[in-house]
Amino acid sequence: MRSVVWGACALAVVVGTFVARIGAGDAGVPVRAAEPQAAQAPPIQEMERVEVPPPPFSEGIYPCTACHNKDMPVNRTRRELTEMHTDIVLKHGHQWCLDCHDPDDRDFLHLADGERVGFDESYRLCGQCHGEKYRDWRAGVHGRRSGSWNGHKTYLLCAHCHNPHQPHFKPIEPKPAPIPPSRTVPR
Amino acid sequence: MKQPPDEQPNLTRRQFASMAAAAAAGFVLTACGPKRLYEMPTDRLKARIREMERKYAEEFGTAVTVADTPPIPGVEFAYALDISRCIGCRRCVYACVAENNQSRNPQIQWIRVLSMDKDKGVDFSDADPYYQPEQVPQEGHFYVPVQCQQCRNAPCTKVCPTGATWTEKDGIVVIDYDWCIGCRYCMAACPYGARHFNWAQPSIPKDELNPKTHYLGNRPRPKGVVEKCTFCIQRTRNGRYPACVEVCPVGARKFGNLLDPASEIRYVIENKRVLVLKEELNTMPKFFYFYGT
Ligand code: SF4
Repeated sequence: MRSVVWGACALAVVVGTFVARIGAGDAGVPVRAAEPQAAQAPPIQEMERVEVPPPPFSEGIYPCTACHNKDMPVNRTRRELTEMHTDIVLKHGHQWCLDCHDPDDRDFLHLADGERVGFDESYRLCGQCHGEKYRDWRAGVHGRRSGSWNGHKTYLLCAHCHNPHQPHFKPIEPKPAPIPPSRTVPR
Repeated sequence: MKQPPDEQPNLTRRQFASMAAAAAAGFVLTACGPKRLYEMPTDRLKARIREMERKYAEEFGTAVTVADTPPIPGVEFAYALDISRCIGCRRCVYACVAENNQSRNPQIQWIRVLSMDKDKGVDFSDADPYYQPEQVPQEGHFYVPVQCQQCRNAPCTKVCPTGATWTEKDGIVVIDYDWCIGCRYCMAACPYGARHFNWAQPSIPKDELNPKTHYLGNRPRPKGVVEKCTFCIQRTRNGRYPACVEVCPVGARKFGNLLDPASEIRYVIENKRVLVLKEELNTMPKFFYFYGT
């Protein structure tokens, strides 16, 4: 008898938790990939993909394989580019093109372990060095998101705001200063 | 002549008559006079809203809606601004002006961006709202945008003699412009300079009016009333982000539901270095500043 009662209790707890979870899922407020309960948090690569607008390619540059195909041998030497892509100035640590771009399929980037990632998933690549920023970005705290505060959200890729080749923000012109009070009332 | 005791009922009748008259007058006043938003019976509120919409449409030559969207249960709004990111570009100021129909002339701006000296830290006695360099951010400076802090212990609502300003259930401090008498006590009480007064008839170019308005928010204001940031009540009660959040080019502005453990606001509070302005005044703002880096 006693064990039956315990069993019923345990079942109730399990069902209760389950129902609560469904409830929470329904309210399903923000797009948060992982809850901050560190213990069972999945490794960052396995977290769900986030929805982003198309990557900000320069006009006519993609697909890269239009030029970088089997007819063009891969030159892996670190060098200054003189024929193509001369407009790209690389000011991003001590990087070199092929540290991020995949030499064997230029339509992709690659992670440090060689896994290919698409340009629309480039945040995983950036996140390999900038882990803290990546975490904040996933939580919606670094960078901008659009959508609704209690519903669906769209993220921006790192590259939408930071030029990956020169990630520092350029200064911009401020909007006009307010008019000091003495002059705000029309005469 | 001394009144005989039997005339006492006459007096009572007179008293009764005057009391009845006063009561009737009171009844007429309360029934027909202006009412605060939530004291109005639904049909009167709807009628008032229709009247407003007609008046605004006439004035601006376009269809204007005045919503009375109520707070969402289980939601308390809060805001967080990353002062390590803000570059002082004032995009937020002008997005706010456009969204919330602030007067262009005389100029009213609900957001004021203060430029501060990195060596001195947050110091209001040494803040400059009028900075105008060619480019921002300026070397050695950081920026603190200030708007209504939506205090939980709001000094402004306590001093209003007419009850024209109060805190809504979702934490937004609102003003009923129909009830504001323009005494400006609340402006004196606010330690953040967040409230602004319409000294003259506000002017908004007809083609720049935002026709989606809220009764307690961005509907066009008359001369002689006080106004301030409402967390974009007309947007946020419909699930949208405030205009300043969406426009900020560096993503310094965060907004969400304080009661939702998965909201970005909670993430900020739980993981970042957070401060509120003039904490010592015990106003308990729901507008937080944080260091994202
Ligand atoms: S728009 Fe963003 S960066 Fe620009 S002043 Fe406002 S808060 Fe700062």
